[in-house]
Amino acid sequence: MNCIIIDDEATARVITAKLCSNIPNLHIVEEFSNAIEAIKYLNQNEVDLIFSDIHMPDFTGFDFIETLKNPPAVILTTSDSNLALNAFEYDCIVDYLVKPIELPRLEKAIRKVESLKSNTSSQPVLDTTLENHLYINIDRRLIKIDIPSICLVEAKGDYINLKTETEDYRVHSSLKKIEDKLPANLFLKVHRSYIINLKKIIDIEDNSVLIKKDVIPVSRANRPELMNRLNLL
Amino acid sequence: MEEPNYSYINELSRGDEAFKNKLLDVVKNEFPEEKDIFIKNFESGNLELAAANVHKLKFKISILGLVKSYAVAEKFEENLKENSVEGYEEFGQILQKITDFLETL
Repeated sequence: MNCIIIDDEATARVITAKLCSNIPNLHIVEEFSNAIEAIKYLNQNEVDLIFSDIHMPDFTGFDFIETLKNPPAVILTTSDSNLALNAFEYDCIVDYLVKPIELPRLEKAIRKVESLKSNTSSQPVLDTTLENHLYINIDRRLIKIDIPSICLVEAKGDYINLKTETEDYRVHSSLKKIEDKLPANLFLKVHRSYIINLKKIIDIEDNSVLIKKDVIPVSRANRPELMNRLNLL
Repeated sequence: MEEPNYSYINELSRGDEAFKNKLLDVVKNEFPEEKDIFIKNFESGNLELAAANVHKLKFKISILGLVKSYAVAEKFEENLKENSVEGYEEFGQILQKITDFLETL
């Protein structure tokens, strides 16, 4: 397997590379001190596995993963054990290693990657949706959300506000990520910052819809699709 | 106070002295810079950045086998995130221990 290491600390790169040298068939092809250089490399080269730190200047490990269209397997390497649950939001993240990494723990992570690669099914490693539910990460707890109960999702910087019939949640995620998890027959992105549940619409005006007590803007580009999806008389 | 030691580095090196020296050289180069950045951010009152610096320094603390000091640093990092400077003195002593140790290499 060809791998790259991304870590802004030279000490961490040296240690990860040394640990990897103990594992047969694992080849470190490049090391990067920042994610931007890694992105440039990955635009022209394919790798099987990425070891990435989370806390880096400019781009975090999570920001980096989000830039990848078809990410290979990723093993996060970090001194921060508090972000493990965030990793569940990314299908490509196979494991989460807390520094200082020890060889047996790395070997276990590599076995997971190999097992994934030998499995021809396309099941994600960390599946966050199960039938009509999805799990969101709030204060290190995974909370089960009934998808049809979601009224709307609003993008707010690095977070999304997810409003259900009974509760409102603030989640560290992106609108794109949750859009991929929601059934397209029930949900529609009506604005760059809003996804709505079509069944929860109370009324519609020219460029807005009312859901719960929220007036949601509808962009001009998304309005035709919204109108098509409604059961108009 | 506990002393820096080679327990993790020896386990990692498995007798590879060239690697061990290379790693210690890297630590010796990186640590003073990280320490200076931390002090600069702390003294200028930028506790959020100082917390991020402590986060980086924790890694060096851990690879030098300073288990108790790591816990102290972890607590100090949390304090800084909550705008408290409690633990600064103890953390400073840890940094000084490491500085002294690296100077002997």
